Amino acid sequence: MNDHFGGVVEAVDVVVVGAGAAGMAGAVALAGLGLQVVLLDEQGSPGGQIYRGITLAPLSRRDLLGAEYAHGNVLAQALASSSVRYEKGAAVWQVTRDHQVSYLRDGRLRTLQAKAVLLATGAMERPFPIPGWTLPGVMSAGAAQILLKSAGLAPTEPVVLAGCGPLLYLLGWQYLRAGVPIKALVDTTRPEDYWRARRHLFAALRAWPYLRKGLELMRSLRSARIPHHTGAEQLAIEGEEAATALTFTVAGKAHRIAARCVLLHQGVVPNIQFSQSLRARHVWDVDQLCFSPVVDPWGELDVPGMFVAGDGAGIGGAQAAALQGELAALGIAQRLGRVNAGQRDERAGPLREQLALNLRIRPFLDALYQPKEANRIPADEVIVCRCEEVTAGDLRKFVALGCAGPNQAKSFGRCGMGPCQGRMCGLTVTEVIAKARGVSAAEVGYYRIRPPIKPITLGELAGE
Amino acid sequence: MSEARARHSDVLVIGGGIHGLSTALHLARRGVEVTVLEADYCGRHASGVNAGGVRTLGRHDAEIPLALSSRELWHDLTEMLGDDGGFVPSGQLKLVETAAELDECRQRVDHLQRLGFTHEVLIDAQQVFEIIPTVARHVVGGIWVKDDGYAIPYKTVTSFRLAAEKNGVKVHETTPAQRIEQRGSEWQVTTPAGVFSAGHLVITAGAWARELAEQVGESVPAHPEGLMLMVTHRVAPFCAPVLGATGRSLSFKQFANGTVVIGGKLIGSVDFPARHGEVDLARLGISARTVTDLFPHLKHLGVNRVWAGVEAFTADDLPVIGASRKASNLSYSFGFCGSGFQMGPGTGKRLAQQILGEHSDISLEAFDIGRFDTARCDEAPSPGSHIPINVPSVAR
Repeated sequence: MNDHFGGVVEAVDVVVVGAGAAGMAGAVALAGLGLQVVLLDEQGSPGGQIYRGITLAPLSRRDLLGAEYAHGNVLAQALASSSVRYEKGAAVWQVTRDHQVSYLRDGRLRTLQAKAVLLATGAMERPFPIPGWTLPGVMSAGAAQILLKSAGLAPTEPVVLAGCGPLLYLLGWQYLRAGVPIKALVDTTRPEDYWRARRHLFAALRAWPYLRKGLELMRSLRSARIPHHTGAEQLAIEGEEAATALTFTVAGKAHRIAARCVLLHQGVVPNIQFSQSLRARHVWDVDQLCFSPVVDPWGELDVPGMFVAGDGAGIGGAQAAALQGELAALGIAQRLGRVNAGQRDERAGPLREQLALNLRIRPFLDALYQPKEANRIPADEVIVCRCEEVTAGDLRKFVALGCAGPNQAKSFGRCGMGPCQGRMCGLTVTEVIAKARGVSAAEVGYYRIRPPIKPITLGELAGE
Repeated sequence: MSEARARHSDVLVIGGGIHGLSTALHLARRGVEVTVLEADYCGRHASGVNAGGVRTLGRHDAEIPLALSSRELWHDLTEMLGDDGGFVPSGQLKLVETAAELDECRQRVDHLQRLGFTHEVLIDAQQVFEIIPTVARHVVGGIWVKDDGYAIPYKTVTSFRLAAEKNGVKVHETTPAQRIEQRGSEWQVTTPAGVFSAGHLVITAGAWARELAEQVGESVPAHPEGLMLMVTHRVAPFCAPVLGATGRSLSFKQFANGTVVIGGKLIGSVDFPARHGEVDLARLGISARTVTDLFPHLKHLGVNRVWAGVEAFTADDLPVIGASRKASNLSYSFGFCGSGFQMGPGTGKRLAQQILGEHSDISLEAFDIGRFDTARCDEAPSPGSHIPINVPSVAR
């Protein structure tokens, strides 16, 4: 079979996109079920974001990053000793509804024709659009953590961590162990958030390892005497050419912390670029405040043969993701006739029990660390789309002219049309328009996502 | 006012693209009460997501008078709409790459001059290099139209919508026309939001118009296609005019912000029930190759985004413009085969004149819907000797 470029299309059983927790576990399970599997991943080594660089990290760095990180090595070793064909440095730029996967590797385009595809592309950080968030010196906590994991890089000058969510505290803990000076932890969590989350506490207690880990992180930050401001509001970054300070208020009292490095974080959301580009059905998740694809119990989208596992189908964390990867593998194996429905369900039983256990903490975390509206739907002067420098005020003007959703916002003012293709601003745009129109985010919808999902040059497209 | 009255107007337009809104605006400016029904949002498909070429260059003989009259309106858009719709009179240039192509182009320009049209001018390689210093040196000449240019399609459509609304036109978005019916002297259009009525009905529904014409027993050999475009990352300015090629499919322009839009009637595929044009990146590879042949320095330029809009193509590559042959007080304007954006301002004006019974020197005969009637096929217009600027190199 040839593709349209005259290149050979290789037929395989299953293509897995993404070598994070879900992708590694899913690929290994698929191979174990006797299927021919190709695992494509953009990075130079397996691990995804949570286990980034796990096979390359020196022992000292693994130790510094903690036991959860080190756990990734179990998955990576299973992958290495499996029959999975793992291709690193593979940037998947298109997946079609009929299971063709096109990717770029070593500057060459290649296409695989699969019988089923498992998308395990994980999560991305939620945008944190506050005044000054685009200044040099401001970075997301997730990006800072990737630098630490993959290159052992950390800021040399004192940092301020601001926002909420487990990753923020984890990074603080990791920085403490790495000797990075932390000037302050500016927490947007308010006492009433604990009150709201309390009804999920009982369920959360049954996921004790998660809760214990969280408490440990907080305790270690406290005992290191890191100034911890809770209930921070009106966050803004000061600076002309670059960040010079973080300002905020607590209970009406103004604070200013001078800092040239501010790390922001308010949770992660599913990366839905592929599932959106497949035109699969998505719903607005009112607890996690994001769009998630609609999947069946095996992770299958409403596009037959297309499966999603891990955070891409809704945030659950690395351990849940690995279990979802294994469940999707069973669903795919049944679809491809490797196991019958009875065998599939029998093997799935224990996985589902573990998954339920792992997800018990989620309602508590979702309630406790729900990002504040003021940090999601910014004031007029704040830039929403940083590629094209479109502000929240611009969006509100478009709405006044009849712009009903994100796709028209693109046409009205290039919002979401820059190099990131709306990944950085998509959710903000949806929520700003929804609020301005007085309708739900579900009604406003999301950007239509088109390939190339990953950048590709004219020369590469031309097959040169 | 009763609900039935609120849903009644003099003229009902189905389709909020550039043709529907332009027709509505021109009618409203003459005091006609107009309502526009749009299935999705205005400019969702061909009108809003096309490459933005404002091109008289390379048109079929029959289209030229209408296209030239439209061009005058483009140059006066600010006066008409209070906004320029992003129009830039950059000129359009069709590149000639071989001696045989040059011959072809010379014949075309001679042919046009015999018909009295002087807007297309043959230029030599040196003149091409003066206009675009960065183009590959194998180029041997070109056809140059200095008053052509480009606009920003969605901005243009929005400007037409806002101007129409300012003139009293009511626009109902997300209101698809499902059934059209003539009862006595009144047209009734059923939508999920209820029935709308008017004395006169105008169908400007692009790829969806054929189905509506079918409802009054008027069959048009037209089919929908998904036309693809791609846009690159920003790059330093290197090309002011809009470019086409003679021997291969290309339409190419660099916007003021540095991004380059590449198209040229590239056919993707279409999921018609889902109202979705699907991109086929492999086919776009052919286009990418044309671009890198003509501008080798763009090889490393990143493709940022590709998309597709749904458009109607007729069997003879000419649009349907004018009165129905089967029903009274019914007009059409659709099937522009991927070349309709430039025609929008002028065609809307001309159709409004026809609806109002006013005289115009611009003939619509070649666009008569009756030409597809098998009983009248001897009158069908000949395809002429035109050389389209964008010959689709992809088999349909």
